[in-house]
Amino acid sequence: MIRGNVVKRFQPGPESAAFHLDIEFEAGAGVTALYGPSGSGKTLTLDCVAGFVAPDSGRIMLDNRILFDAESGVNLRPRRRSCGYVFQNYALFPHMTLRENLAFAAHGLPRLERHRRIAEQLERFKLTSMAGRYPHELSGGQKQRGSIARALMANPRVVLLDEPGRGLDEALRMDLYTLIHELRDGLKIPVLLVTHDPAECFALAERVLIYDAGRIVHRGSPAELVRNPGTAEVAHLLGGFTVYDAEVIALDPAKQTSRLRLLGEEICGPHLRGCFKGDRVTVCTRPEELIIRTQPGENRIRGDLRQVIERLQSVRACFANGLIVDVTRETWRSLEDAGRQSGWWIEIPERSLRQIGGART
Amino acid sequence: MAIDWFPLWLSLEVAAIATAISLILGIWLAWLLANKHFRGKDLLDALTTLPLALPPTVLGYYLLVVIGRASWIGQAWEKLTGSSLAFTWRGVVIASTLHAIPLLVKSSRAALENVDRAYEKAARSLGASEWRLFWRVSIPLARRPIAAATALAFARSMGDFGATLMIGADIPGRTQTVAIAIYDAYYSDRPGHTFVARTLVIVISIVTAAIVYLANRLEQRRHSVT
Repeated sequence: MIRGNVVKRFQPGPESAAFHLDIEFEAGAGVTALYGPSGSGKTLTLDCVAGFVAPDSGRIMLDNRILFDAESGVNLRPRRRSCGYVFQNYALFPHMTLRENLAFAAHGLPRLERHRRIAEQLERFKLTSMAGRYPHELSGGQKQRGSIARALMANPRVVLLDEPGRGLDEALRMDLYTLIHELRDGLKIPVLLVTHDPAECFALAERVLIYDAGRIVHRGSPAELVRNPGTAEVAHLLGGFTVYDAEVIALDPAKQTSRLRLLGEEICGPHLRGCFKGDRVTVCTRPEELIIRTQPGENRIRGDLRQVIERLQSVRACFANGLIVDVTRETWRSLEDAGRQSGWWIEIPERSLRQIGGART
Repeated sequence: MAIDWFPLWLSLEVAAIATAISLILGIWLAWLLANKHFRGKDLLDALTTLPLALPPTVLGYYLLVVIGRASWIGQAWEKLTGSSLAFTWRGVVIASTLHAIPLLVKSSRAALENVDRAYEKAARSLGASEWRLFWRVSIPLARRPIAAATALAFARSMGDFGATLMIGADIPGRTQTVAIAIYDAYYSDRPGHTFVARTLVIVISIVTAAIVYLANRLEQRRHSVT
């Protein structure tokens, strides 16, 4: 278990703006993703935990150990913190072979154990045959595994992964995800994972902390976050959401439904918290939950097709009124001709509408 | 025509000792300047550069003031060892060291600062002490430019003239280095003097050219390997 509250201010420099990190976090065993745009303080958080940056105030605890406490002046050196840090560019020492890299990390272990542990790690990460090679003789995936193996040599109490998936192609990324899953299940220690890829949060994390401009603006499991992004800001950060402004026309608490005016049409929506007739609310949808139709009907909004984007597994249709719909390629082929003749309607299923924030009068 | 090779051997010996001292002192200073923040850092930086900029005779003059027979350091040394620093090969070593050290400090500092900070962070988080980090990571990663600078420092300390002349006073067979011997031979009226000067010039040129070639090779290998 790692937890902390950290404040760190940076004065504006000649080439950098002022930055203010102010966060409070907690992560148990399992993968916690630190998600957000670049420059929002994710890597800085890892550096505070690892001891490379001393916060201005706050406290960081790892299990029952105080790593940093501004009040009592405790600031453990990085080498005493038991953090397994996996750097963005692996940072394998270029003048040492892979085995020497691991041996460097095993220095603190008892002499007899060292050798056994190195062999064990090499085996576990499928690197035994590469042990004598230098980093520049290894492939990207091997370097990746090597740097994780090295970080785990000395039995860290927390693992810090800084954008591990960056720069890896799809196949290697899948291998990496498998590896991180195995780690998570085998180690039972917290893993903090910095990423700016929402897909990575879904693939790896049990919990996500969403960063924006030095704050954690939202937190929850990936599924929770998609179900309820909480604020328009988070919906925007997670990406993929379409956000609308709507007016409440009627509410039916008994049926847990509402009538909304959205993009000039009246549609049926879910129950809305804390709203009255006439209020304005912000709602959002996800493109994969909307349905494309070629005839009008209940909860359907007419749209003029503006752009069609072919994607890896789907087709994304963008309409002039801002609606975005993802459909499978087969569905799109079956609808395309009819739609071009009759026009398009987009069905917004009642449950796909999510309320963001409270009501505005 | 017999040539006295003593000045050449003296120069090589002095340069070897001076380079060894500069290497130890220079890397320590470079590490200090590259990694530490302390009061007077700018002053130390300026002081280590000064011997590069000052006229060598001025440097020699200051040396005489500080370690000459009248100074307290000179007298203390004389009491301890029975011989003086000034006008001996030891004084010449000190002059050569001062002549060579700015180059080593500057290059080593740049080399140490060029080492990717991620490697230092990695070493620290892997449990390495500062000492271990320095010897196992920083120095090996900066070794090529440091080695190149060491070769050049050797050439430079071998070639010092002004400071050596001031502190060593051109005593043949004792403090006459090759640079001074060339000057001495060229302007003397001894028979065959120009032959001596010319031979020494050719020998020292070959030695120095070899060193520069070696230094450049070391510098280039760094670029192609990493």
